[in-house]
Amino acid sequence: MSELTLFLIRVAFLAILWIFVLSAISVIRSDMFGARVPEAARGQGAGAPRPPKQPKPSKRRGSPTHVAVTQGSSAGATASLAQAPILIGRGTDAAIRLEDDYASTRHARIAASGDQWFVEDLGSTNGTYIGSVRITQPTTIAIGTQVRIGKTILELKK
Amino acid sequence: MTTSSTLMGFVHRRRRGAELFLLVLALAVGVGGYAAVGVGVEGKVPADIIGYGGWLAALIVAAHIVIRLVAPYADPVLLPLVATLNGLGLAVIHRIDLGYAARGRETSFAQQQLVWMTLGVVLFVAALVVLRDHRVLARFTYTIGFGAIILLMLPLLPFFEPINGARIWIQLGGLSFQPGEVAKVMLVVAFAGYLVLHRDALALAGRRLLFVDLPRGRDLGPILAMWLVSLGILVFQRDLGSSLLFFGLFLVMLYVATERPGWIVVGGTLFLGGALAAWKTLGHVQDRVDIWLHPFEYYRNAQPPFSDQIVEAQFGFGWGGLIGRGFGEGDPTRVTYAESDFIMAAIGEELGLTAVIAVLLCYGLIVERALRVALISRDSFGKLMATGLASIFAVQVFVVIGGVTRLIPLTGLTTPFLSYGGSSLVANWVIIALLLRISDQARRPVPDLSADEEESDDESTQVIKL
Repeated sequence: MSELTLFLIRVAFLAILWIFVLSAISVIRSDMFGARVPEAARGQGAGAPRPPKQPKPSKRRGSPTHVAVTQGSSAGATASLAQAPILIGRGTDAAIRLEDDYASTRHARIAASGDQWFVEDLGSTNGTYIGSVRITQPTTIAIGTQVRIGKTILELKK
Repeated sequence: MTTSSTLMGFVHRRRRGAELFLLVLALAVGVGGYAAVGVGVEGKVPADIIGYGGWLAALIVAAHIVIRLVAPYADPVLLPLVATLNGLGLAVIHRIDLGYAARGRETSFAQQQLVWMTLGVVLFVAALVVLRDHRVLARFTYTIGFGAIILLMLPLLPFFEPINGARIWIQLGGLSFQPGEVAKVMLVVAFAGYLVLHRDALALAGRRLLFVDLPRGRDLGPILAMWLVSLGILVFQRDLGSSLLFFGLFLVMLYVATERPGWIVVGGTLFLGGALAAWKTLGHVQDRVDIWLHPFEYYRNAQPPFSDQIVEAQFGFGWGGLIGRGFGEGDPTRVTYAESDFIMAAIGEELGLTAVIAVLLCYGLIVERALRVALISRDSFGKLMATGLASIFAVQVFVVIGGVTRLIPLTGLTTPFLSYGGSSLVANWVIIALLLRISDQARRPVPDLSADEEESDDESTQVIKL
């Protein structure tokens, strides 16, 4: 095998290696911002699609100010969302203290991400439900979404 | 209000096509490397190239198809990066086999490595198929942690023999296995589970001393215990690399979980203290440091300690230069353990700085992807686990490549996916499976439960005729 062939093979192999690395980087680059959400899908989920130029009014219209217990033995208890993240449970450090035998000491947490509100189960024994679904990961909630913990139901309120 | 799928301003695409494209390139690196080794060393393309290439392609395609089926939203770059490193490693190990054969020593490291890779891919597939939700692991925090400690202690049992002075192997029916490699994955899971529960106590309680928030004494318990365990590994198993890896791993995870720089100060102090004490009292640590500082004084010494390995590696890097000698033109088998700890020296000698940088970039990208998984993950357990797995790669690559290039004292660890070594390869494939599982969960669009609230309520209150 001639010297030149070996040299070309070496350079070709290094080139393949670098083409791979650069392609991987370009895939990462195009992956950075995900896919653009199609217009149709954007309008579908939101009742009124948010006009990009004036985000404030829609935010104010939709933004809740506190969490309230609407059913259960601690009905009427509230906590302001200004203190988010809000801890819910039977423990003394909870912002909303539940007197519910089916609730855990530190049962769930309500927290914000952007202008969305999330409820996250903190590994409770009996679980946190939205509708009839037991949540397994932080889940978005809106005003009026009923979050059930044991025999208690909580809602976001304006 | 926007829909929850547009929560972060975008949805992730699946990108499985991009993954397939990168995998084809990865395969080209693996099979091309194998062919180039054959041409360079023996003057002809190896006869078994079809069988070898087919086997490698089958493994990679199988992993790809399983990802398509069970983790469609998983990160598209991780598997190709790993496949490339593994393929390149196989080619270089095959080269070293041929080098040993030329010296009259029959080895079949490349074949064994291919068998281990097959086992790794099988476990990778099994982990993805069995583990549909990584949070299940959080339930077994203490069980997994206990298992990890048992595995770490196992090689200390008297009927397992030390190899090269380190008691980190167990021998089962002719196969030797390093349980520490499996233990490191289990420790990450256990740490993540523990820290998710206790991070508030670790972060919030404590007093301020000299601009640094120090944690409370009772919260120091875990880190002190961890420090003792890693020192114990250092003393009883004489394994410098693993003790560095475990301690660094725990420190990174504590810092990430609590966001308190105080832990870095405490951990750094403990590390310096432990390192100084080890250097003062342990002979083999002292030797390592001396060899690192003055390698040429120990080169071809009459009696131990020797520095031939590290010095020959430096010669190799220097000889390789920018684009290397080319496969077959160098002499990587001068370096003892060129197929495992010192594989970077073999790459540097025959493929040069160009390939070394490409390999380092691949590791960098793996760590970047893992940290990105941690950033976009929605649950704290997944976040911590991904961070821990990323820091395992980062620390391990830094420690071993830093050691081979004489940036830091040499400690024995495997170069992930490149080095010959079954337990390490298998454990690393499982790490990638876990990362892909977390990233699949994180990139999947959020199930929107708030929108169809009314319908689901109606459904749940249906009147059933009795």
